[in-house]
Amino acid sequence: MRVAVLVKQVPATEDVRIDDATGTMIREGVEAELNPLDLHAVEEAVRLRERFGASEIVALSMGPPRAAKALRSALAMGCDRGVLLSDAKFAGSDTLATARTLASGLRREGAFDLVLSGERATDGETGQVGPAVGRILGMSPLAFVSAVESVGDGRIVVRRAVEGGHERVEAPLPAMLSVVKEINVPRLCTLGGRMRARRAEIPVVGAAELDISDDRLGLAGSPTRVVRVSYPHVVRKGRVLSAKDGLDAALDEILGVLESRGIARGGERA
Amino acid sequence: MIESGGVWTLSEVRGGLVHQVSYELLAWGRDLADVLGTPLSAVLMGHGVAGQAEGLVAHGADQVYVVDSPELADFLPDSFARVLGDLVSRHRPEILIASATSTGRALMPLLFVDADTGLTADCTELSIETDERLLLQTRPAIGGNVMADIRTPLGRPQMCTVRPRSRRPLPEDRSRTGRIVEETPDVSSVMRLLEFLPEKKVGAPLQDAEVIVSGGRGMKGARNFAMLEELAALLGGSVGASRAAVDMNWAPYSSQVGLSGKSVTPKVYIACGISGAVQHLAGMSASDTVIAINTDPEAAIFRVADLGIVGDALEVVPALIGRLRS
Repeated sequence: MRVAVLVKQVPATEDVRIDDATGTMIREGVEAELNPLDLHAVEEAVRLRERFGASEIVALSMGPPRAAKALRSALAMGCDRGVLLSDAKFAGSDTLATARTLASGLRREGAFDLVLSGERATDGETGQVGPAVGRILGMSPLAFVSAVESVGDGRIVVRRAVEGGHERVEAPLPAMLSVVKEINVPRLCTLGGRMRARRAEIPVVGAAELDISDDRLGLAGSPTRVVRVSYPHVVRKGRVLSAKDGLDAALDEILGVLESRGIARGGERA
Repeated sequence: MIESGGVWTLSEVRGGLVHQVSYELLAWGRDLADVLGTPLSAVLMGHGVAGQAEGLVAHGADQVYVVDSPELADFLPDSFARVLGDLVSRHRPEILIASATSTGRALMPLLFVDADTGLTADCTELSIETDERLLLQTRPAIGGNVMADIRTPLGRPQMCTVRPRSRRPLPEDRSRTGRIVEETPDVSSVMRLLEFLPEKKVGAPLQDAEVIVSGGRGMKGARNFAMLEELAALLGGSVGASRAAVDMNWAPYSSQVGLSGKSVTPKVYIACGISGAVQHLAGMSASDTVIAINTDPEAAIFRVADLGIVGDALEVVPALIGRLRS
């Protein structure tokens, strides 16, 4: 069984600062990290190898050269190989162009039985790229996977987290799994793993090595365009009271707000 | 005659019934179709659902494409994507919108690949740029810190998912008339739903809840989430949690609100002992009304609150429960 994991380098979320004047993200001096939800995909790939055996786990990312750092984090956790897709021609890719590029990068690495990704990246927050890569490669689409129950005989059984509960779903391999955070607790890297990751060679693959034409890549290959970015001032001019000055008065205020919103005891609408 | 093109909405069926989000989409779709002067069509896929098509007309649809088959009783992404893709390629809508639910977010990324067009996730606002007749899709980005306006000039249909509860449905009007179009495409699937395991939890799923009572680090332990459940039950709401509380196993991941959890838009969001990290605000700041209870007067949560109470949630919440019970 061959397994691939798609990973993305994102700005550390606690570190996001916005330029008030332009509404754009301040990238200078901002720490980058492996997308936190991708940690669960990497962890699950390593666990799948421990449970069902896998000949190889390949981590793949698209991004600027510095995104090799995200791949090293994946290697430190137990992936065998990292491949970075990086080229100025990839710049400005929307989710479709990104998915095409990643799918082409995977095809180059041979056939995979399972491809995993985090549910979404904490910067773009679309959750579209993983499932789209799977679709391009003709894999069974399994989104919001919260547990892998079994893999064998060309089939996989997973649990999917949906509104109000979980579904148990069976699908044929190969399959694309986007996993949610509840699937596992990612392991801490060992010193040996970190050493190995630091020394690993990470090949960089450019547009010329992919089987897609330039007009299907980057901004040129993206059907969508961001036309405007604005900075919403969601700051509310709310009233702030201290419970110390009178708990009952504070409770009156809360009950008043609930009543004004039509929320009443027992959930009956006023 | 069937009218091709126009604006389409994807209806969602849960437990055999058309779900509320389907009517919310029709409210958005009605606006778009009226500006464009084109018909509004709803797609309804499921089993034993044909009788509910009239309800979609009553909520704004001019036309309903119905695919009713025992094999569509459960949502399976492969067959649903093929059925929807088949309808789209034959009837060519200009615009197709779906809800950003687990179903919409699993299905639409398959469809936009097949149709080779754009897809914008989790929009909170839709409009038409009248000069070019293009759909303008507005969505929060970078943890809700910015709003991005996105167009799809290079692909059809223009597709997006829309955040649940971002719009109220139009009032039901049973006097409206519309055309019901029964379709019979290939509905087979290579996947199988083995079982549905419902969550043993008080209240509606978070994305559907009118009231959410959420707890964070200030709840000091799993035990104290019982009072949040009690308050939620009294208000007919559901319980949410911050990432910190979920990481400490005080609440299940399904309750997590924020960047790495769920985005919610209830009528009232009550944040108890939550400081308001960017990570959390991203998932709840679009709520209609926010009430925050926190000991730290400088907590970021107060900046997005309509009413802030500086105090210990462990004192304020039980007192509030007492008042609601009296």
